[in-house]
Amino acid sequence: MYGNDFSAPNGATDEASGGLLGEVEAAEAELRAAAARGRRGGPAPDEDLAAYFAEVVDAEQKIEPRDWMPDAYRRTLIRQIAQHAHSEIIGMQPEGNWISRAPSLKRKAILLAKVQDEAGHGLYLYAAAETLGISRDELVQLLLDGRQKYSSIFNYPTLSWADVGAIGWLVDGAAIVNQVPLCRCSYGPYARAMIRVCKEESFHQRQGYEILHTLAHGTPAQQAMAQDSVDRWWYPSLAMFGPPDGDSTHSAQSMAWKIKRFSNDDLRQRFVDMCVQQAEILGLRIPDADLRWNDERQAYDYTQPDYDELMQVISGDGPCNRERMAHRRAAHADGAWVREAAAAYAAKRAGQKETVAA
Amino acid sequence: MSERSEQAKQPGMTSHSPLWEVFVRARRGLSHTHVGSLHAPDAELALRNARDLYTRRQEGVSIWVVPAGAITASSPDEKDAFFDPAADKVYRHPTFYEVPDGVAHL
Repeated sequence: MYGNDFSAPNGATDEASGGLLGEVEAAEAELRAAAARGRRGGPAPDEDLAAYFAEVVDAEQKIEPRDWMPDAYRRTLIRQIAQHAHSEIIGMQPEGNWISRAPSLKRKAILLAKVQDEAGHGLYLYAAAETLGISRDELVQLLLDGRQKYSSIFNYPTLSWADVGAIGWLVDGAAIVNQVPLCRCSYGPYARAMIRVCKEESFHQRQGYEILHTLAHGTPAQQAMAQDSVDRWWYPSLAMFGPPDGDSTHSAQSMAWKIKRFSNDDLRQRFVDMCVQQAEILGLRIPDADLRWNDERQAYDYTQPDYDELMQVISGDGPCNRERMAHRRAAHADGAWVREAAAAYAAKRAGQKETVAA
Repeated sequence: MSERSEQAKQPGMTSHSPLWEVFVRARRGLSHTHVGSLHAPDAELALRNARDLYTRRQEGVSIWVVPAGAITASSPDEKDAFFDPAADKVYRHPTFYEVPDGVAHL
């Protein structure tokens, strides 16, 4: 059920996240099927490597770390996977902000588990990036120096507890829509990491939805808090899909390489179509007066997010960019003594073993 | 599976926190399967990190961690030549043999 079947909102939204999870499983089955279809191993000694690479990609087979690949393919993947990993790591901050103030022990435990998952996702992705020949230290340094980016969405503040709900529902929801097609990416380690990430991400989206549902059915003040948070997170979530297709610099080549499967606008539309019915059940209003069903397109018409704002946030001038980076740098510096102590202990133990062996 | 073994030798590699490949046995009766990699200063921490990273949802009953640098991998460039010796030995498969009609337990 992967592919272009997402233009039927009435059917598709019944079990929207189940549908997406189904796609993750389909991607996993496809990965196994592609492996089972098999093909000869490496290129013949006199074969053109670029032609060989194109043939593997066209056959929906995975490119693996030690295969020949075009330099630009490698660079694109490193940039994309690294940016993705950085987003997971920075993404811990907005929610981490509420761990100490979660309204109950249950919510606190759930939020801790979710933030721990985000760290895990960052680590899966760093490991996938490392298979392309860049080291962890370099990747960390690129983030700390501001030479690689992370998702614009994490530069918005979490002002109320309801924001933890809105992040789960909208931000993680948008991330899932973005990431499910990446489970079918042509680069094997990235595809496998994304399958793992998407399976875990589904819990994140549901816990956020549950928080909002609880608030939306609570006191008037709680309802207002929930609505306010949806009002603030809706457009930044739409902006997560990136600039409109006409302005997207990396899209065409990434599609040809099967790194990317759908355009930014296609994915954004899919997300909007899913959210409308979910918002109705929450009893919350999507802050878009022009949101309406278009029978001709079989999709919702909606107001585009402010792309100038997106560019401003991406270029470092969002509400929390400086705070996020300062926090990350401080956390990295504060952890230095732990890394050094662990290394010293490991060296000491290794030395003892050698002495015993000798 | 041993795809990362060359990484450990690369310049810029975290010297005090090498790369480990992680293998998890999902359930009793299954073999260990490669699930990914991680950095850790020693084997003990690699195991603990692997538990926290790859088995947060009870995905395993046993974990192996192996220094990535200790794995020797065949190269995909050599695949044809390297695996050639097996290609023309169809008689190693039971389907190669004709069984006369009526033979039981064969």
